[in-house]
Amino acid sequence: MNRLRQLEDQSVYILREAYKHFDNLAMLWSMGKDSTVLLWLARKAFLGHVPFPLLHVDTSYKIPAMIEYRDRLAREWRLNLVIGQNKEALTAGMNHTLGRVTCCTALKTDALKQLVEEKGYTGIILGVRADEEGTRAKERYFSPRDKNSEWDFRDQPPELWDQFKTAFPEGTHIRIHPLLDWTELNIWEYIKLENIPFIDLYLDRGDGTRYRSLGCAPCTFPIKSTAKTVDEIIEELRHTTIAERSGRAQDEGRGMELLRKDGYM
Amino acid sequence: MTATTAKPTEHLNIVLVGHVDHGKSTLLGRLYADTGSLPDGRLEKVQAICRQQGKEFEYAFLFDAFLEEQEQGITIDTARTFFTWNTRQYIIIDAPGHKEFLKNMISGAARAEAALLLIDAAEGVREQSIKHGYLLSLLGVKQVGVVVNKMDLVGYRQEVFEGIETEYRDFLAQLNVVPERVVPVSAKYGDNIVTRSERMSWYRGPTVLETLGLFRKETARAEQPLRFPVQDVYKFDARRILAGRVTAGRLKVGDRLVFSPSNKTANIKSVEAFNIEPQPIEAQAGQSIGITLDEQIFIERGEIASRQDEIPLVSTAFRANLFWLGRRPLERGKKYVLRLATREVDCEVAAIHRIIDAADLNQRQGASAVGRNEVADLTLRAKSPLSFDLYGSFETTGRFVLVDDFDIAGGGIITELVHDEQEFLRDEARRRDFAWVKGEVGLEERAQHFGHRAAVVLVTGAAHTGKSFLARKLEAFLVAEGRHAYLLDAENLRRGLDADLSQSQKADSAEMVRRYGEVARLLIDTGLIVVSTTNPFGLAHHQVIQAIRTLVHPAPVIAVHMSKTEEEPPPGTDLHFAGPKDFDAAARRILEELKRKGVLAHAIGAKPTFQYSI
Repeated sequence: MNRLRQLEDQSVYILREAYKHFDNLAMLWSMGKDSTVLLWLARKAFLGHVPFPLLHVDTSYKIPAMIEYRDRLAREWRLNLVIGQNKEALTAGMNHTLGRVTCCTALKTDALKQLVEEKGYTGIILGVRADEEGTRAKERYFSPRDKNSEWDFRDQPPELWDQFKTAFPEGTHIRIHPLLDWTELNIWEYIKLENIPFIDLYLDRGDGTRYRSLGCAPCTFPIKSTAKTVDEIIEELRHTTIAERSGRAQDEGRGMELLRKDGYM
Repeated sequence: MTATTAKPTEHLNIVLVGHVDHGKSTLLGRLYADTGSLPDGRLEKVQAICRQQGKEFEYAFLFDAFLEEQEQGITIDTARTFFTWNTRQYIIIDAPGHKEFLKNMISGAARAEAALLLIDAAEGVREQSIKHGYLLSLLGVKQVGVVVNKMDLVGYRQEVFEGIETEYRDFLAQLNVVPERVVPVSAKYGDNIVTRSERMSWYRGPTVLETLGLFRKETARAEQPLRFPVQDVYKFDARRILAGRVTAGRLKVGDRLVFSPSNKTANIKSVEAFNIEPQPIEAQAGQSIGITLDEQIFIERGEIASRQDEIPLVSTAFRANLFWLGRRPLERGKKYVLRLATREVDCEVAAIHRIIDAADLNQRQGASAVGRNEVADLTLRAKSPLSFDLYGSFETTGRFVLVDDFDIAGGGIITELVHDEQEFLRDEARRRDFAWVKGEVGLEERAQHFGHRAAVVLVTGAAHTGKSFLARKLEAFLVAEGRHAYLLDAENLRRGLDADLSQSQKADSAEMVRRYGEVARLLIDTGLIVVSTTNPFGLAHHQVIQAIRTLVHPAPVIAVHMSKTEEEPPPGTDLHFAGPKDFDAAARRILEELKRKGVLAHAIGAKPTFQYSI
């Protein structure tokens, strides 16, 4: 059986388990390639429907084309879009020059925590992948977060045979990761296979660069690339040895370990 | 050498296990570095962090992501990494070897199709080498490559390697595992990882990389009999879709399916999919699918669909080999949640036959609890019947986990069916259900028409506790509410249906209950709520409750027990009234229970759209 279909089958199984077990479930959508594939997989799992809200944590520093794309798909696919923002921090002038980890924590981690608290979500579906960076390689499909959204990586519950952690104490929530087994290459091959609409920032639009990973404008940098189509991206990825998130500033040093322990996505 | 860039045509999950400090993370780092599979800058980044912290660089640090892991030099949690070689993508799961992290090792190994097990040449076969080998066989990982690491510490001597090889092969033989290869290596210096070692010219077998290539991809599941555990039932639009994953065999439009343990049958009308043209008409093992049926039957999550001549086993009990990871010991008689494929049911440990000490495979009998990280041979008894298979025949439906508190605390494989006392009645019910001649009107339509589902309310208790009075009151309440209810008294059966039986035949309690249950089953099929008292049977209350439940399954039986004074109600009781004075309140309480179980819609006249929850 085709590898992409196997990955799809596993992700669909996980999404259906999440939907069955969590009454207050939501999916995080950053409009990037991974979470858009995740959204597509939800439509696969629920036969064209998306039976839970999609959360966008808006830092206000996202690239404008991403917001246009978000609103267009939300309309076309009849999505229930919920937008969260740490307004207090933004009013106080939070930005990346105050420190990248500080800024990510305030505008992403804290904004997500506020949203989870306000809406009482008990399950959050995210598009993180094991091959992105080290701490994500150690994630479970169903990964508990405590009352402060913190991740205790020292003591993760067992997970085996597609039986997942679906019971949890009040006040805590579970992060659900259906894309853990996917690689960056798989994502693009699947976008091609299913013809999933994606933002053209991922393509070279004439200046010999493209974005390989999308985040906030000030902290995300394009890579040198002449890939103008999905096929060319796939070809490029088969040969590259450059890390996917090399253009993401918050990954420097131990940034991601610190961020993720405290509840970053 | 650099990683091949050809498009991978298959993938394989490999787990790396072994005693702590025997060099798993180093082997992994070396494998990636020597095949050119590391992303640019990875090596440099980790080397820079090492310099910054003033310590010597080690290949192990490449994948030990957490600061704590690098500082302590141990892997805490399983990491998944990917690399491609010769058209195959490997997902390598680096599992921790420390005893304390056994649950992480198991979480990693449970996903694997093959394993590399490391043994330190200087230390030899250690506790975790044995335990991991044993757990791999329990987890069903049959392809094992043994890597004897740190050969540099023993001067690359052949006799050291051969001593370990012989010892470990003998051990694996007890588990019926034949290792694919035993490879002498030094991960630190790169001997026999990717390139052949000149320092061990006496070894002519494959390198670690070549050993990976020898592992086979298992693909036989589609040729087995069909198993399709129902995961959920969706009604987002006009379609009523049964969602789930085919775990064995294949199915196609038009196939007749039997759902166990409810014995419901129907044909597949369509296979539903999103963004697939043309619409599929079949599916096979591994696929997550949605199907619709040609008739509306009540099916809920946890049932297993199969073909009629290849149904799974059904019982309330089975024998299993189980490993326990819980913080608290697994105790006999205590309640746990059992999860098998998509089924979830309360269970208890009925007997612990022996504890197997995984460190030396010694056996201990007479234990009343299973401690953390121990393996036991035991019998589990579930609260209600479930369908399953033996692990030797089916993987997914032959294994289960136990949940204690909020976490999965153990896992096991089923080795034997344990017969329970309901077996004869269950077989009768199954034969009868399979052959049942149906009219044009189904249960679903009757429920829509009546505004409620069929159910049995069974009132048990000693004489003069007010059973009959309460049953009559309940029937009257139901009918006054516009429900369709009927009081079924066993005495009426004795005078009519059983009139030709001799006194001794009438004294056969089990037969009287069976007859009563079959009549109740007929009334259930008409869509009625059957209200009943059970005086005349002469059996223990819990036996009657069980027998009726088996015969009318899967319709819910609400067991109501009456007593004059406070007493322990019989097992399986849903509601207990001790010396009730207010019978109206008791009857209303039963109505509430019927609503809770999904028999009655919450508003009169509303169509019940929910499933039974038995």
